[in-house]
Amino acid sequence: MKISKYIKIYSLFLSTSIASELEYKTNVIIDFITAILSLVGSVFLLTIFFQNTDNIGGWNFEQALIIQGIYTILNGITNTWFNPNLTEIVKHIREGTLDFVLLKPLDSQFFISLNKIAPSGFLEIILGVALLFYCIGINQININISFLVLCITTLFCSIIILYSLWFLISTTTIWFVKTWNATEVLRSFLYIGRFPLNSFSFSLRIFFSIFVPIAFITTIPSEVFLGIAKLWEILFELIVAGIFFIVSRRFWLFALKYYTSASS
Amino acid sequence: MFNLNKNKLITLLKVQYSNMLEYRVEIALWAISGIIPFFMLNIWTNNNLNESINLSNVMLSRYFLSAFFVRQFSVVWVVFTFEEDALLGKISPYLIQPLNPFFRYFAQHIAEQITRFPFALIIALIFFLINPESLWIPSLGLFLLSCLSTFFSFLIQFLIQSIIACFCFWTEKASSIERLLFIPTLFLSGLLAPVISFPEYVKSWIYITPFPYLIDFPANILSGNNTNIISGFFMQIFWISILFPIFKRTWSMGTKKYTAMGS
Repeated sequence: MKISKYIKIYSLFLSTSIASELEYKTNVIIDFITAILSLVGSVFLLTIFFQNTDNIGGWNFEQALIIQGIYTILNGITNTWFNPNLTEIVKHIREGTLDFVLLKPLDSQFFISLNKIAPSGFLEIILGVALLFYCIGINQININISFLVLCITTLFCSIIILYSLWFLISTTTIWFVKTWNATEVLRSFLYIGRFPLNSFSFSLRIFFSIFVPIAFITTIPSEVFLGIAKLWEILFELIVAGIFFIVSRRFWLFALKYYTSASS
Repeated sequence: MFNLNKNKLITLLKVQYSNMLEYRVEIALWAISGIIPFFMLNIWTNNNLNESINLSNVMLSRYFLSAFFVRQFSVVWVVFTFEEDALLGKISPYLIQPLNPFFRYFAQHIAEQITRFPFALIIALIFFLINPESLWIPSLGLFLLSCLSTFFSFLIQFLIQSIIACFCFWTEKASSIERLLFIPTLFLSGLLAPVISFPEYVKSWIYITPFPYLIDFPANILSGNNTNIISGFFMQIFWISILFPIFKRTWSMGTKKYTAMGS
């Protein structure tokens, strides 16, 4: 019963936020063009890298395109769900409207994370999936059930990790009030997810696997795609995703104890 | 329309500087978020991609460090502030004042750059600690020239964004146009890869556009890489002299169109 209630509420969120986004129709179209240009730009950058070499970090051009595809899908998800919602936390806390969220007979994390939707990210997701299909063709990948299951699992884990990272940083707003720029730092770190982890130096690789696990987000699903992922990597990603999700949930509940409304 | 004297300018700067100091932590975070050039440098040198463009590791690291600096001091965000002010109706009181509101935004940007300076310096120091061999001291002349060209780069971006910001008078939400324009700025300005590494089919037309003069040109001067200083400055001034009248025009058209909140 509880789940069906949340599903019903979510469908209401969907219809209201899409309706309000479509108020600015030209905006949506411009955002679509931005998504296409952004992908063209990344592929352009890759062609510069591959001008005089046939591999970076052991990945050739066709394989590196897979990473671009996965990155584009994840970026689309970020733009559709994480960015519009989690930047809103800052506003809730500054203006004291978080009170209204907490008073609702509804899980506050659910409300804060899924209340809004920005349809402009959909095109990015579609572009990413299309690029992946193209990559299946040029890399001659065989599709079977276990391949599909593994792909979807690792991609799902990546989404969880990405969400948890965003949510953890946004939660710190409760203490610092304006952490709008902290998400910008995360964004710039995520940028390296466009490239294979092996193309970076050893110290950066360590940093991006332990402190900010961006390495897992794009590289492991891409390896699964190519069929070169090791079993421990997949298991490790599952564990990391689980830990991150639990920590972000706990951290939110912990932070709420320190929330002191707007005028108190 | 642009009645501004020294006193007004100094007062504006003072006010905005103390305003910006309030947000030190944010500006520090913003400075950190500009470190993408260092990640790019890591890819370039780690895969020996720079051999093909005849740039040594040291010169390339100087280039990317300079690109980082140029970007730090030419970041423009006027369209986002203006959009918020326009949506909330804050523009109306500004319009009554005998001073173009864009001077206020301009002073905000300059004040923010001054606040940002120490943080950018700290990041550069860390960079030199990790890469001591790339430490260099540019000659005074080149240093001043690079400062000037960075300022011109800032002006070009400020004018472009102000023109976009004026579209707020018609569409209310103009920041999506800015996000669209940011994509070519990101990939073509030299922030992620020096313009000399671009393939020929891009190099043949890119020097007519304003993009290489935003980051690549000032960064080349500062890092001591080869660049045509005279034609670079010529193109920067050329673009400023084209953009400024367009801005004046859109501004005067937009303010006539403006109907305040609730009317």
